[in-house]
Amino acid sequence: MTESSIVSANALEIVIDIGHLPIQLRMHDAAFHELLSNRYAGFLSSNSIAEAVLDIDLALDPKITDGDVEVHIDNGHWVFQRADFAAEFDPTTRVGRIRQSRNPYSIDTALRILHGLLLVREGGFLLHAASAIRNGKAFLFSGLSGAGKTTISSLIPAHATLLTDEISYVRREDGRYIACGTPFAGELARLGSNASAPVEAAFLLAKGPANRIDPVDVAEATQRILRNILFFAEDPAMVKTLFDSACTFVEQVPVRRLTFYPDLRVWDMIQ
Amino acid sequence: MNRNRSIMATKYIARSSDIAARMIGGEMMIMSPIDSTFFTLNEVATVIWQAADGKTPLSEIIDDKICPIFDVSSDQAKEDSESFVEELSKHGILLVSDQPIESSSRQEPAR
Repeated sequence: MTESSIVSANALEIVIDIGHLPIQLRMHDAAFHELLSNRYAGFLSSNSIAEAVLDIDLALDPKITDGDVEVHIDNGHWVFQRADFAAEFDPTTRVGRIRQSRNPYSIDTALRILHGLLLVREGGFLLHAASAIRNGKAFLFSGLSGAGKTTISSLIPAHATLLTDEISYVRREDGRYIACGTPFAGELARLGSNASAPVEAAFLLAKGPANRIDPVDVAEATQRILRNILFFAEDPAMVKTLFDSACTFVEQVPVRRLTFYPDLRVWDMIQ
Repeated sequence: MNRNRSIMATKYIARSSDIAARMIGGEMMIMSPIDSTFFTLNEVATVIWQAADGKTPLSEIIDDKICPIFDVSSDQAKEDSESFVEELSKHGILLVSDQPIESSSRQEPAR
């Protein structure tokens, strides 16, 4: 991709700040601008300075959003596409573009991928996990579909803050791990709060007849965390970086197995 | 033990420079960059992994570093080691060659 933009200078802009990584979206369509402004309302930044720029070209006809996302690296550029969008991003200039329909889920998926790729370079990752802040500490509840992320999110106490019921944003800052809220919603269709806190513990979720927390050996913890990381590009250098990140995370953050019966009492154990 | 495995013992093995490996909690963990396959090595496999310098034949590693330390017969050690090397070489984690392997393609052992 060259520096030339498909969106001219008088474009409409918004900066979406997820995980302390503001990304500017530029477009011409006022209605789509308003749609995105409403959708990401809790994550908009008034600061026009962004760490990445994505130009949106609403050039495609509406298509179904199902299907696999394909991500690869082409001449150093990240290329990611699905039936409903095609995006390209230059990680050096941090400028990219996406051609898509007016479907907001297309840009939502593209943002997940872009954040995932940018995070890997900084020692963080996106994890299939619900997360919440309680008493100033963040807790992750990790598992693939059906493990209980939505259930435990729906049981969250009033004084706790839900960061996400689906995709946890884990970044590394000053040698420690921080969980950040995301607007990437799962089955609850409820956007997370735009908040962050140091990660206190990560739980591998399992539903069971009673609530209990059990230790997990380090090999299993590493393997499970790796399995649950949203991983987009089969690039050897990125695999290596992600592996190192997962290992460092497991070394620093307690990983436990949380077996829970789906009622409010499970949160008594999360302090 | 089949003939291929006996031949395998005479070969040189080296850690691929592309792999991701880390020792955590006393366990060596390795991930293939080719297919993201994840391995946790047991004690014997870890010794072979750390000794895979590209200059020492597998048979010598078995005789010098496995049999004297672990309670295992030479034949059993050879069979297990060759199976392990075959598996990891399929995923591009270990390099196997008839000749000593140049240092540019191998990795320093993870600690």
